[in-house]
Amino acid sequence: MTASNTIRARFQCTFPGFGLDVDLTLPGTGITGLFGHSGCGKTTLLRCMAGLQGASGTMTVLGEPWQTETFIRPVHKRPLAYVFQETHLFPHLSVRKNLEFGYRRIPAGNRQIGFDDAVRWLGLESHLDRMPVGLSGGERQRVAIARALLTSPRLLLMDEPLSALDLNSKQEILPYLERLHDTLAIPIIYVSHSTEEVARLADHIVMMTEGRVVAQGPLRETLAGIDNPFRVQDDAGALLEGQIIDLDEYWHLALFRFDGGQLWLRCDHRVKPGDQVRVRVLARDVSLALTEHSDQSIQNLVPAVIDQIDPDVAPGISLVRLLAGTTPLLSRLTSRAVAQLGLEPGMNVWMQVKSVALVA
Amino acid sequence: MFETYWDPVWLTLKLATTTTVLLLLIGTPIAWWLARTRHWLRQPIAAVVALPLVLPPTVLGFYLLLVMGPEGWVGQMTQSLGIGLLPFTFEGLVVASVIYSLPFTVQPLQNAFEAVGEGFMEVASTLRAAPWDRFLFVAVPLARNGFLTAAVLTFAHTIGEFGVILMIGGNIPGETKVLSVAIYDHVESLEYTEAHWLSAGMVVFSFVVLVTLYALNGKARSGAIR
Repeated sequence: MTASNTIRARFQCTFPGFGLDVDLTLPGTGITGLFGHSGCGKTTLLRCMAGLQGASGTMTVLGEPWQTETFIRPVHKRPLAYVFQETHLFPHLSVRKNLEFGYRRIPAGNRQIGFDDAVRWLGLESHLDRMPVGLSGGERQRVAIARALLTSPRLLLMDEPLSALDLNSKQEILPYLERLHDTLAIPIIYVSHSTEEVARLADHIVMMTEGRVVAQGPLRETLAGIDNPFRVQDDAGALLEGQIIDLDEYWHLALFRFDGGQLWLRCDHRVKPGDQVRVRVLARDVSLALTEHSDQSIQNLVPAVIDQIDPDVAPGISLVRLLAGTTPLLSRLTSRAVAQLGLEPGMNVWMQVKSVALVA
Repeated sequence: MFETYWDPVWLTLKLATTTTVLLLLIGTPIAWWLARTRHWLRQPIAAVVALPLVLPPTVLGFYLLLVMGPEGWVGQMTQSLGIGLLPFTFEGLVVASVIYSLPFTVQPLQNAFEAVGEGFMEVASTLRAAPWDRFLFVAVPLARNGFLTAAVLTFAHTIGEFGVILMIGGNIPGETKVLSVAIYDHVESLEYTEAHWLSAGMVVFSFVVLVTLYALNGKARSGAIR
């Protein structure tokens, strides 16, 4: 990665009871998920990147300096867009005027996203003349996203845009976000505490704890990393990317193929053959066998090679990292099982996958 | 007779209008600063602004008289500038009214600016609005009710002013003899009919102003929830 296609952020600041100290180089394309528990400093970091929060450090976006040791570019002079958790639509302006607020403040020659395009992408055609007070939570957030995009930003920062929404509104917004990811070349930094959201949207992930970065990298490798500091959680697991290749209508199953094997998923009506999907396999749902058994209830058997075995933080538990083809997966076993089966790195085993979740 | 009725009324309206316009210009930056700063001077300045609320008008008038008089520093300054002395002139009344009614402009505006909150201003800055732009197109429209309340209260309060005016303005017809002073005069000379006309007028006027203010505020509030 060269400086002209990366985002470089180095920040240090201290508050009573909390400090932020990060040094990140992020890819200049795709969605980067900034992930961690509430209070870990991810929102503070995003605010530092935008310049909304003063901090000593440097920030360079696609070769353009936004903050150096000696100079801080004011927020309104940065080609960024920010989507806040609370949408903060201007209550005195109609939806159309809200959308035009940023759009009219950039020179016509710099507008890369057309007004009508943004309105169409976010499905706002019929809402333009309404006032914000009458909109539902999901509609408000769509307006906020369109308003942000209409400044034709070079970097889009999103601070938990879905967390204030109910489940239905979330499901309403997610497809729009996915479409942005597919249509626009703008890099997005997406703050979230939800594993589901990050797994569904992000390409790259940064995990934070107590103001520091504890892991980062491409999504798949990072989530399945054995040194992933979130492994003690019950939701430690791997993320697989692949394709739906077959449906079994009678048993309500779908066959998912990834680089390294195939898995049957319980299917709902959302998927059809040919769909590219992401699937999450939790470490606690993977058990290991030395031979291929078929006389058991678990349907998904995938051959793999043991890559690494580490003790979990919980006593008596081991975390086994496996490779199916090139795809990393995790299995959470008792240490006694590891000893009795004589598991060691390099061994060929069968993974018995009890449950697989389509990330949606 | 007709002249003596209308002179004070006209003078009072002129004083109240001038004061309100000046105070909106002076009070807005003070209120904006008070609403947003974390400077240690915030509390002391807020207290100074609120002083006219608690001080007897005579105290205020007394010190203004001293400061603007021939020996006071303001008096020396106005004399050296060739303006002459301010006490017992209309301009002197304007200066006194501006100070006397300052809290009635600043406090509603400050409350309104505080209610706008940092969020909308931050959003505006991420939408490329410079500080002035944010102030004019986000803060001012959102604080619209505060401006309305501040203007009406300042206007009404200036009309009701008496003690300060008597102290520094005296009783010069057409120059400093405002309504409240005229009423006082009439009562002193036992002209109760004239005092009644003016006083009843004031009661009706004040009532209408307050009803209008509450109605506007109520409407704006229900408008926000609509």
